[in-house]
Amino acid sequence: MEYIHLAFTAFYQFGDAFAFLVLSAMGLAVIFGMMGIINLAHGEFIMCGAYVTVATARLGVPLPIAMLCGSLAAGILGIVLERTIIHRLYHRPLDSIVATWGISLILTQGTLIVLGSSMAGISTPLGSFSVGGYSYSTYRMVLLGVAVLLLIGLYVLFHHTTFGIHSRATIQAPHMAKAAGIDTGRMYSLTFGLGAALAGLAGALYAPTISIVPTLGANFLVESFVTVVVGGADVFLGTAPAAATLAVIKAFLTGWQGQLMGQVGLLITVMVVIRILPQGLSGWLLKGRT
Amino acid sequence: MGMLQREDLKASRPDGRMPGWLRLINGPQTLGRGPLFWIVFALTIGAAVVYPAFADAWSVGNTAYFFCWVFMALGLSLIWGYAGSLSFGQTAFFGLAGYTYGVVTINFGAAYGLTIVGVLLGVGMSCLGAAVLGYILFYGRISGVFLGIVTLSTTLVFATFMAQTAGSQWAIGDARLGGDNGMTGMPPLTIPWAGGDIALYSGVPLYYLLLAMLVICYLGLRVLVNSRFGNVLVAIRENPHRAEMLGYDIRRYQLIAFVIGSGLAGLSGVLYTAWGQYISPSNMDLAAAALPIIWVAVGGRKDLTATLVGTLVVLGIFQNLTIFGSYYAFVIMGLLLVIVVVFLPEGLIPGLVKFFGRFRKRKEGMS
Repeated sequence: MEYIHLAFTAFYQFGDAFAFLVLSAMGLAVIFGMMGIINLAHGEFIMCGAYVTVATARLGVPLPIAMLCGSLAAGILGIVLERTIIHRLYHRPLDSIVATWGISLILTQGTLIVLGSSMAGISTPLGSFSVGGYSYSTYRMVLLGVAVLLLIGLYVLFHHTTFGIHSRATIQAPHMAKAAGIDTGRMYSLTFGLGAALAGLAGALYAPTISIVPTLGANFLVESFVTVVVGGADVFLGTAPAAATLAVIKAFLTGWQGQLMGQVGLLITVMVVIRILPQGLSGWLLKGRT
Repeated sequence: MGMLQREDLKASRPDGRMPGWLRLINGPQTLGRGPLFWIVFALTIGAAVVYPAFADAWSVGNTAYFFCWVFMALGLSLIWGYAGSLSFGQTAFFGLAGYTYGVVTINFGAAYGLTIVGVLLGVGMSCLGAAVLGYILFYGRISGVFLGIVTLSTTLVFATFMAQTAGSQWAIGDARLGGDNGMTGMPPLTIPWAGGDIALYSGVPLYYLLLAMLVICYLGLRVLVNSRFGNVLVAIRENPHRAEMLGYDIRRYQLIAFVIGSGLAGLSGVLYTAWGQYISPSNMDLAAAALPIIWVAVGGRKDLTATLVGTLVVLGIFQNLTIFGSYYAFVIMGLLLVIVVVFLPEGLIPGLVKFFGRFRKRKEGMS
């Protein structure tokens, strides 16, 4: 019985870390993998998702619908920013990272002005379940399920729908895609919007578990950066195995030495990985193909 | 571009009157050559020297406070503007040096010139930290956006670490790290002097010390970027592969530039800490880390003079805006950064220089 409990605890902590890494990195990974842009306003899309979710949930809207609203709001914000600013910077990836940092400052500090330094949160739903006499949060396990479903859903979206094929065509060969009649500008907007919506979804899903402050996005940044860097440019072959690997390290170190050591461990891992695999995990996995 | 470079060469041609290294002050990698520039430069220094005679004590102290930050900006200009490496971690070295200064001076006091030892150790620590991090990054061939992400992540983790050091177990000797509240109680810079040490609180003597350091640092960096070393840095920025094919070990050059630039960030950190006798994790966090990027990008990161002037101007604007609340100031700074990056990626000052240069050429062409 003791072994089962230990094994389950390990699985629970791994699952929790894996879900957090996948969910917080997904939006960043889609935007980076598809467009080559590192979006430093990623944390603010997460913040937007969390704020809208909490606000709508407090109006009495059922939580899952409130979360979809949060994700949708972040997606719309993403499309608006892409149309106004980001689309000018596609040929200047280094400048785009700086510009998105400016956007991040505007959004965080603007939210502080408009909505104040904190907002009443909502409580974690679904209660807890127990294994071997210890109780665990059900919601954390739901998040793991959502993360896995999301990975599958995105794979289907990019590989088996017209949108996905048009989007990948636009990224790989924009001129050819244009010649073939694809509205490439629209594809860029939609892909960026999708990334923003995924970031918003991460904020929405974690909104019940964190304090709702304008700087909450920063709590996701390090984990999402690290996952994307370790994963490399391919969203599926990169992000998922990167998150799985990093989750083991994070779960182990967090359980042993606390949250901070978990982050430090991730940081050291990312430096080692870049040293050995400059293209990230996906570059290594795809080596034989190109 | 070809035209411009030919003129650059002409301007840097030896004229036989100056020693070799001094001639480099006027070299091709810096805007502002020629007699007019140096006359304006001398007048500016003169104005800065007599300024305390005409200004009230608060303004002088405040200008000294501005000077504290400029070293970090010049360092970032070297790393990002000249060497082309995106370093978003300048505030980590700023903080590391500031905390080091605090630990040294709180434990050993200010007598016998120990604050100067604190300054040197602080800068040394940030150079050491930069050497370790830079070795991993540059010799690991990390470049482009990844360099920015890893340096920024390191900074955020370091800030998070310092923010959780609130308990009394987090102390080095007598120096409490202080968590979110930061570290206080370190002495200001103190010069050992016959007949009593001189403590440089925010005031006229500190102003002159910082002004002198700033001028030396600025001129020294001009020599550096116009030397063979600086030319290689620019070659790496323009095309790393080409520089490598020409036989330069670009990793070494990038690492050295990173260490020097981060050492300057450390110098800013110790000077700031000594100026305000205070350092906290909020000096390193995401918003604080954005500020040096903004100063350097707005002025013009590829030129030392543009960075220097831009930093002082943006600092002035920022401070005037904080009267309305620091949130508003940050929003305006963010807007400024976005506008400059989108419309004037070279920065405001090179943009203006180019504009007037074109204007002058057109006039010459007409006459």
